[in-house]
Amino acid sequence: MAEHSPKLDSKTLWGGKESPFQTSYGKLMMWFFLVSDALTFSGLLIAYGFSRHDAQDAWPIGEETFNSMPFLGHGYPLLYVALMTFILIVSSVTMVLAVEAGHRMNQKGVVKWLIATIIGGAFFVGSQAWEWSHFIHGSEFGKIELTDGSQAIVKGHFGEIENFTVVEAGRHHKKGAVIKDDLLHEFQHAAVNGKINDDGMIRLHDGSLAKINKAKDHEMKLIIKRDGSKNKVGDTPILGKAAEKLYYDAVYAGEKNRVIYGANLEQNEYGPQQYGQFFFFITGFHGFHVFSGVIINIIILLGVISGTYQKRGHYEMVEKTGLYWHFVDLVWVFVFTFFYLV
Amino acid sequence: MERDDLIEYSLHAHHSEEKGKEIRKKIWMVTLLLTIITVVEVFTGAFIKQSSWVWPFVKWGFIILTVFKASYIVLVFMHLGDEKKSLKYMILIPYFLFILYLIFIALWEALAVGDAWSTYGGA
Repeated sequence: MAEHSPKLDSKTLWGGKESPFQTSYGKLMMWFFLVSDALTFSGLLIAYGFSRHDAQDAWPIGEETFNSMPFLGHGYPLLYVALMTFILIVSSVTMVLAVEAGHRMNQKGVVKWLIATIIGGAFFVGSQAWEWSHFIHGSEFGKIELTDGSQAIVKGHFGEIENFTVVEAGRHHKKGAVIKDDLLHEFQHAAVNGKINDDGMIRLHDGSLAKINKAKDHEMKLIIKRDGSKNKVGDTPILGKAAEKLYYDAVYAGEKNRVIYGANLEQNEYGPQQYGQFFFFITGFHGFHVFSGVIINIIILLGVISGTYQKRGHYEMVEKTGLYWHFVDLVWVFVFTFFYLV
Repeated sequence: MERDDLIEYSLHAHHSEEKGKEIRKKIWMVTLLLTIITVVEVFTGAFIKQSSWVWPFVKWGFIILTVFKASYIVLVFMHLGDEKKSLKYMILIPYFLFILYLIFIALWEALAVGDAWSTYGGA
């Protein structure tokens, strides 16, 4: 901006009225808050780094974990999160344009760019909700525990389940009935609870027994993420027939928790337990910042529309919320790198 | 009543239409730069596997680009580059002092702990 020495008369100056940093009280305090908030995020990300370096090769790889797009399915590594990043950067740009319009006392300009910022922020929060939902529900294959105690994540194309044919009636389904609804959900629920046995028979909710008719899987790949007595982390991935055999040995074992889908705070299909916890905490804490940023922006927008700042003679409130908003973008730049890229 | 804030500082950021044009041009240039960096990062991340021998270089490349992006956001979007020197350094120096040290000590310790687990056992 222009030169930074406000013309103060000597009386004011010697009355202890000059800011040592030549900036207003509000802006300075916003900076202090951001410094402390940045230290919090640094601490969280460094704790994440600690766990990650501790676990080394067992840690999940971003492009393997996040490879889905809304409406398009799998096979798009990092694309969605890149889009989210782009949206947040653009909303940071519209915010700085709102601040710039404020410096010219251009009320209409501030309104326009602030609304754009709010839309961008809301879009980002929505995307994060989608991402969380996907992370929690997990993939079609899940993660398996092999007989030697090692754990492996599973990649490939999951053959579609066509139907279940009931062979033994339960409380609800009759013998010979063909079930076509909610198949994947039923399958995963049964797999987790050890209710699928080795002939590919599934014990359904109502106690009936059904045969699973399922298309073949393709290009299955098992990547070891926890050491067992035989398989070690860092071994070359197990492919093809061998992978399929190991996978269905685990799924058909009839034992609880040989397969894990998605994530919660106790376990996740992607890697070590801490990975899920850090994911929820750090992206959640950041998402909460974005959410509160959107709310603050809306409040300031109302102030701009009602002409409060026009009357006051300056748009510093927009500048201060702008600082907060850019900070949120700044944090995301680091989260993006350390959670998704490296 | 005498105001206890100094409105002069708030008014000081005002600028003219011509200056505004100049500033907006700079903002769009920075936008373009940040977008290009992000696109390059995502494509490199998608095509270079972590098992590849170039990965360590790519990883450091990502970290350097991240710091690069961060400095553009802080210095241009947050206008810290235009603030008084004393304010600028008061905000930035804690990170150079403490955070770099914390990163160093935490990651070094993590590697040692990881080695200890794999050497002496544990689940």
